[in-house]
Amino acid sequence: MTMTDTIDRSGAPLCELRDMQKAFGGIRAVDHVSIDVYPGEVVGVLGHNGAGKSVLMKMLSGAYMRDGGQIFVNGEEAEINNPRDARRYNIETIYQTLALADNLDAASNLFLGRELVNSLGMVDDPHMESETRKIMSRLNPNFRRYSTPVAGLSGGQRQSVAIARAVYFNAKILIMDEPTAALGVEETRMVAELVQELKRQGIGIFLIDHDIHQVKTLCDRASVMKNGRLVGTVRVDEVTEDDLLSMIILGKNPKDIAA
Amino acid sequence: MTDTPTTADVSEPTRLKRTFFQTLEIDTRLLGMIGAFLLITLVFNVLTEGRFLTPRNIFNLTIQTVSVAIMATGMVFVIVTRHIDLSVGAVLAVTSATMAMTQTVVMPQWFGIEFGSPLIAPVAVLVGVLTGLAIGALQGWLVGYLTIPAFIVTLGGFLVWRNAGWYLTKGQTIGPLDENFQAFGGINGTLGTTWSWVFGVIAVAFVIWAMFRSRHSKIAHGFPVKPIWAEALLGLIAAGAILGFVAVLNAYEVPRPRLERMFAARGEVMPEGYTAGYGLPISVFVLILIAVIMTVLAKRTRLGRYIFATGGNPEAAALAGINIRFLTVKVFMIMGVLAAISAVVASSRQTFHSNDIGTLDELRVIAAAVIGGTALSGGIGTIHGAILGALIMQSLQSGMAMVGVDAPFQNIVVGFVLVIAVLIDTIYRKRTGA
Repeated sequence: MTMTDTIDRSGAPLCELRDMQKAFGGIRAVDHVSIDVYPGEVVGVLGHNGAGKSVLMKMLSGAYMRDGGQIFVNGEEAEINNPRDARRYNIETIYQTLALADNLDAASNLFLGRELVNSLGMVDDPHMESETRKIMSRLNPNFRRYSTPVAGLSGGQRQSVAIARAVYFNAKILIMDEPTAALGVEETRMVAELVQELKRQGIGIFLIDHDIHQVKTLCDRASVMKNGRLVGTVRVDEVTEDDLLSMIILGKNPKDIAA
Repeated sequence: MTDTPTTADVSEPTRLKRTFFQTLEIDTRLLGMIGAFLLITLVFNVLTEGRFLTPRNIFNLTIQTVSVAIMATGMVFVIVTRHIDLSVGAVLAVTSATMAMTQTVVMPQWFGIEFGSPLIAPVAVLVGVLTGLAIGALQGWLVGYLTIPAFIVTLGGFLVWRNAGWYLTKGQTIGPLDENFQAFGGINGTLGTTWSWVFGVIAVAFVIWAMFRSRHSKIAHGFPVKPIWAEALLGLIAAGAILGFVAVLNAYEVPRPRLERMFAARGEVMPEGYTAGYGLPISVFVLILIAVIMTVLAKRTRLGRYIFATGGNPEAAALAGINIRFLTVKVFMIMGVLAAISAVVASSRQTFHSNDIGTLDELRVIAAAVIGGTALSGGIGTIHGAILGALIMQSLQSGMAMVGVDAPFQNIVVGFVLVIAVLIDTIYRKRTGA
């Protein structure tokens, strides 16, 4: 199934990463890479392990400081130096590791770093739990375990808490790092549906994924990285799965192949 | 996402078979610790033919526990964030030394403030607390920003601070300390019977208010609440415990010669048949106050939430925008202040400063926190648990001393209890999956 590309790319991108650079020691993890995403678009960020996808995304989410390059949100340069900065620009991230504190319950995790407080400035747990119940009833209606630490939850339940965190805070730009890697068939289908819903709301999504078939179904464009460099960005409806694989494995752009 | 409901998912909402304790929503771990504590006191009471549970001994037990218990509440935060503080005994010693020097040398000799001035005690306490805060900030900075392991930083501190205190006092014992200052020591500063009752009534009112507020908040958000009878029973138990504790402390009467001296000091003659109870020691009042503040900090503030989140998953906490480095500094600062407050209690209890004050306290404090359910792997621990842990250790120690157990065996038993307590806790966690 290939969708027809209906994304309006006439205006400024929702988010643009321009000439991003990051080195660890002597290794150039991200080497002058530029990618962008438009409202309602899903851009797959592909590549082998160690290609630099996660590092690139972590510079956008503020987890890593970039060595060079610029980030633009709605055409204006964004100053993102830590996770709090990224959140201010409504950039939310669902990490592959889920980034949950296992000893805390679902509500505490959902609001971690953004706790709701009462008039005395005290953490308002009942309020947070009630908000958590609302969002979870939408994302995972079977979820019941609000008062236990998330360590005791199943993989799917933990994933839904991590997703709820991004959705609750009205992400405009969403980074999903292999959101379905640890999930079963049914749960994967639910994530795919959620991505479609978020697209309809005009959210721009960067999706790190290893499943080429899933990339073909979910993404509008794909940016492929290899050894820290950008191989190229293509519209997925214009390439085959084999084209994407040769970009990932051989580092060849289909345009070059054609030429 | 749809989950296949597991057994745990089903059993929670149905709640058909609920045990008595589940209905009361009491933490079974806390219940176990209280049970262990009561068992220890009852056994010693039998072995000492009733001498263990006299008002006098309970009074002494509480004032002996205060110093370690105050520091144990801070150690909970340190251990929860996956650190350790081996320097608390040494920090206690150096802050005790600075406070002793402030009141006996600095203020009288440098500033001409006479010994006995009402200024001395508050200024000395302030100097001590600021010293503890500064030491905590320094150690926290070394751990948080320079990423030296806390074990090493505080092992260094263990050697540095006690000997810095030694240098300050030239190795001398400094005393007697200011009389107002000594009021924090226990027997030399108690609220008296009337004010102890006032405290008890206010504490009961506070507990009932807190329970009511919590219930009200749950109802407002449409969450299930405990049945009224369960709330009432818990309220009654809490009120009974508080007022019973006050009654016991009030029942410990001031010895007649001491009363006579007090009257003589005021130039009066003691009326025939006059008696007075000691009541709540100020040091115990300070501990209760700290316990409440630390519990509120842990459960109801962002700082507390971040401390536990960082202990549970430092990476997740950092990705949530929490400044873990500064958090580490704050945790060690709290620990430093609490060590200084413990120094006030410990030095005023012995009425003088000595170089060996607080020796081995770091181990007692860590043991208290761990016996009280704080996990060295981080993320888990409670303030009330740590205080209970301190109380259990002190009860064992003084109980064995009263029974006449030889000194080496006392420490051997405490060592066994520490290891067994952690073993039981580990098994409990595996079983409950918590």
